[in-house]
Amino acid sequence: MTDAPWALLAELTHACPLHCPYCSNPLELVRRDAELDTAEWARVFAEAAGMGIVQAHISGGEPLLRRDIVQIVEAAHDAGVYTQLVTSGLGLTSRRLDDLVRAGLNSVQLSVQDARAESSDLIAGRTSFRAKERAAGVIAAAGLPFGLNVVLHRHNLDRLQEILDLGARWGADRIELANAQFYGWALRNRTALLPAREQLDRAKEIVAAHDGSGPEIVWVLPDYYEGVPKPCMGGWGARSITVGPDGTALPCPAAYAMPDLAPPNVRDHSLAWIWAESPAFNAYRGTGWMTGPCRECPRRETDFGGCRCQAFALTGDAARTDPACGLSPDHHLVRDAAEAAGSVAGSGFAYRRPPPVR
Amino acid sequence: MPADRTDGDWRPALARSIVLRHDTVRGADLLLMPERAVRLSETGGRVLRLCDGSRTVGDIVAELGEAFPGAPLDDDVPEFLDRVRAEGWLR
Repeated sequence: MTDAPWALLAELTHACPLHCPYCSNPLELVRRDAELDTAEWARVFAEAAGMGIVQAHISGGEPLLRRDIVQIVEAAHDAGVYTQLVTSGLGLTSRRLDDLVRAGLNSVQLSVQDARAESSDLIAGRTSFRAKERAAGVIAAAGLPFGLNVVLHRHNLDRLQEILDLGARWGADRIELANAQFYGWALRNRTALLPAREQLDRAKEIVAAHDGSGPEIVWVLPDYYEGVPKPCMGGWGARSITVGPDGTALPCPAAYAMPDLAPPNVRDHSLAWIWAESPAFNAYRGTGWMTGPCRECPRRETDFGGCRCQAFALTGDAARTDPACGLSPDHHLVRDAAEAAGSVAGSGFAYRRPPPVR
Repeated sequence: MPADRTDGDWRPALARSIVLRHDTVRGADLLLMPERAVRLSETGGRVLRLCDGSRTVGDIVAELGEAFPGAPLDDDVPEFLDRVRAEGWLR
């Protein structure tokens, strides 16, 4: 029998006030009039809790753009699920946060794009840093567990120490240093975003020298540079379910991009069936699907062959070894790009500009 | 953190970020926190359920002593609580 899942990533909407060049939402965004309604989300959380899910990331896009965000958080809380709001901070007033806390919200993860207003706004594609600073004050004043998430790339890695100082000053308990992952929109901006190896080496020194005081630091592996793939999602269909704005259920938020996956929808199927029975969740579960060097690899239960979405994005075949792995026959696809990043000047960003709503 | 916090005055309580929940699917008590869930042993869950900020460590040991007569609680419980506090899950 399939082990129970632990976590649900609930992407309430793809609408977002920011235009980040590494946006993790799919290339084709779900329209607002196709979004699940309040009652549908309540059912999803009740089903999720019933099958063993204990954590929910209430995310987007920007989840605060949902007018029923408080009712949705309340439904998750009532189901017994620990909730984390994942937000840009835009629209997070103290009144809004108070309502969410009363509804049972347990923690907040705030994004910031850089340590300085000007460069943070440049990456976000709009004026937003001061609003984020205010949101940080609101979260800290509420005493909620506060995580700060920063996507790292060539345009902000050199300010890593400033970013850590900012997190401490803003009162974060935890700083997630998320080296950019290159699928979907970020892959379009790969040349502009890939750092030089020396930038990463200096950043790693700063992280290693951190004395353990202040916020906890989480370093997300820059897999283009390590020669080892990341254990994506803890394995396909192993721990987590993503439910998109229109109810599409995926083993990984980047899996929208796989055209043959035929992902199930919570409007058509129970979450329990989706998890245990659906072809999409079983496609790369375990190790039986593995090809090439993964099949005999002693690390196959450690990194699960890396990221299926990255294998698909770079080779067109999701069952191939993640090209981030040094043993992959396709490894040159990431190695060449990473090496070139040291010599090319960063090009301009292709900003994420969703079409106007409705 | 000083190791001598397990003195008579400490009334352990879960940190604000932590939720203690019984998971009926896995048949285990869990500590839930941002980005993490920690599965507790049956006795671990039993001890932490008594950490509500009203009981001293001595009270907790005494209460458990009624359920587990003869167990080495005087040593084991304070040591366990110190470990959990060092993780930042108790205050």
